[in-house]
Amino acid sequence: MSIERREARQPWILLSPALGAVGLLLIVPLLFIVVYSFWLRSATGGDTAGFHLDNWIKALTDPFYRYILLNTLKIAAITTVLCALLGYPAAYFIARSKGNKMILLLLMMLPFWISYIIRTMSWINILGASGALNSGLMALGVINEPLQMLYNEAAVILGLVHFLLPFMVLNVYVSLEGIDTNLEDAATSLGATRWQSFLQVTLPLSLPGLAAGGLLCFVLGAGTYITPLVLGGPRDAMFANLVFEAIITQLNWPLGSALSLLLLMVLGVLVAIYNRYLGMAQLAKGLG
Amino acid sequence: MGWGLIRLYAIAVYGFMFLPVVAVVLLSFNANQFGSFPMTGLSLRWFEALWNNDAVMRAFRTSLVLGLMTAVISTMLGVLASLALVRYDVPGKNLITTALIAPILVPEVVLAVALLLFLNWLGIGKSFALLLAGHVIFTLPFVILVVQARLVSIRRDVEEAAMSLGASPVQTFFSITLPLLMPAVAAGALFAFTISFDDITGTLFWKPGGVETVPTQIFSMLRNSISPEINALGTVMILLTVGLPLLGAAIARSLSTKRGT
Repeated sequence: MSIERREARQPWILLSPALGAVGLLLIVPLLFIVVYSFWLRSATGGDTAGFHLDNWIKALTDPFYRYILLNTLKIAAITTVLCALLGYPAAYFIARSKGNKMILLLLMMLPFWISYIIRTMSWINILGASGALNSGLMALGVINEPLQMLYNEAAVILGLVHFLLPFMVLNVYVSLEGIDTNLEDAATSLGATRWQSFLQVTLPLSLPGLAAGGLLCFVLGAGTYITPLVLGGPRDAMFANLVFEAIITQLNWPLGSALSLLLLMVLGVLVAIYNRYLGMAQLAKGLG
Repeated sequence: MGWGLIRLYAIAVYGFMFLPVVAVVLLSFNANQFGSFPMTGLSLRWFEALWNNDAVMRAFRTSLVLGLMTAVISTMLGVLASLALVRYDVPGKNLITTALIAPILVPEVVLAVALLLFLNWLGIGKSFALLLAGHVIFTLPFVILVVQARLVSIRRDVEEAAMSLGASPVQTFFSITLPLLMPAVAAGALFAFTISFDDITGTLFWKPGGVETVPTQIFSMLRNSISPEINALGTVMILLTVGLPLLGAAIARSLSTKRGT
């Protein structure tokens, strides 16, 4: 074998374990559930192979599923907006601070390292019947009975915002850091107030970071089922809860396949729109 | 809007992020038997209860073994793939990169369902092997991102110098590239370990009945009621997953200052 051919083969040898893993453990399984979603779960518990549209018809037309899907998108949207409102000023503060930016950023990312389940359940200590808020208010004599603040949609949104905010801050921070501060100075020297120069120079230039953070918050928020299980009530299920129910509780795997693919497609459309206008490079910047 | 106002707002946001975590740590030292506010005194009884709780200790061992194996496998795959992508002109590099990053672009629930159903069809049901496969696949992108970023900054001429002096590519890798890459390898492995150790979304789909990792153990304990034992477990987790990366970063920093890079 010639040296050139050996050289050309080397990268593929290095890549093959990782590509093999992604192929076998992600890509083929995704194709497999596409096929699986057309099978049927029979009453006896076995799966009938074939081409049946039943699962898809149920997933797309069942009013309960549609309600949950819309509600999931609504919750994810509210979460994203709240993350932007909380995260943008915080990221701006870190990026323009004269102190030690790295420490400030690290502090904001610390909760990111704390396990998702711990951060989610930690809100029970704050909002629960004997949590910090209720016992504080009762000690102050503001209320006599604990308020019911847990197990509703607001608690789910709160938990999601707490979980996703670091993603937003990091992405906005990265894009703010990339802006030449001379541009703001130039705007101010031409007579713009600080507020004007922010609105017309800084904000538009940081929009890619805001969009990347927003996409991450939305997609991660819309795909969760743990937060509604821990902080939500019985009526606060999100779409991923339906998937979990179908797969783990009802063991209806063909229906579960169709539901997961539906979720993948809905979120995929968003990612595709994002990719069309902004490209994936921006997202990689925020992750790296 | 003045800078003072922005600072105040940012402090409030930091407070929002830390308040619940502080509550977990505080309550884990609570002497009060209901594990609630107001605190009646400090005590280590909940940590003692954890230590004597067999289910929790078993979950700890499972999570530890799973995290370590995930870190080793994921890091090996990730380092090899990053080398190929950074050091060679591979045709279709963008497509390959996208494929390797894909596990974090697909919602984890969907990944979990697809993997469970496919491996089950192949005859591998809910098992430790399935858990490991799942954890490897979604930690891999993070390892690749971290290692690639570092590899780009290692100059090619150092490697070429070694090879021109007669070192084989394999020798060059082990005596030149790998030592220079070590901080990124360690960071990638740590990243993989922490993500695996913390995961619950996929794990709940993949774990066999009776096997619990720490997060799923916490989740099943939550179903009963929030006891101070959960807060104690939370405190241990926080120490592990926040303390370890901080320690790692500190070690990496002191190593790199010694080398003078």
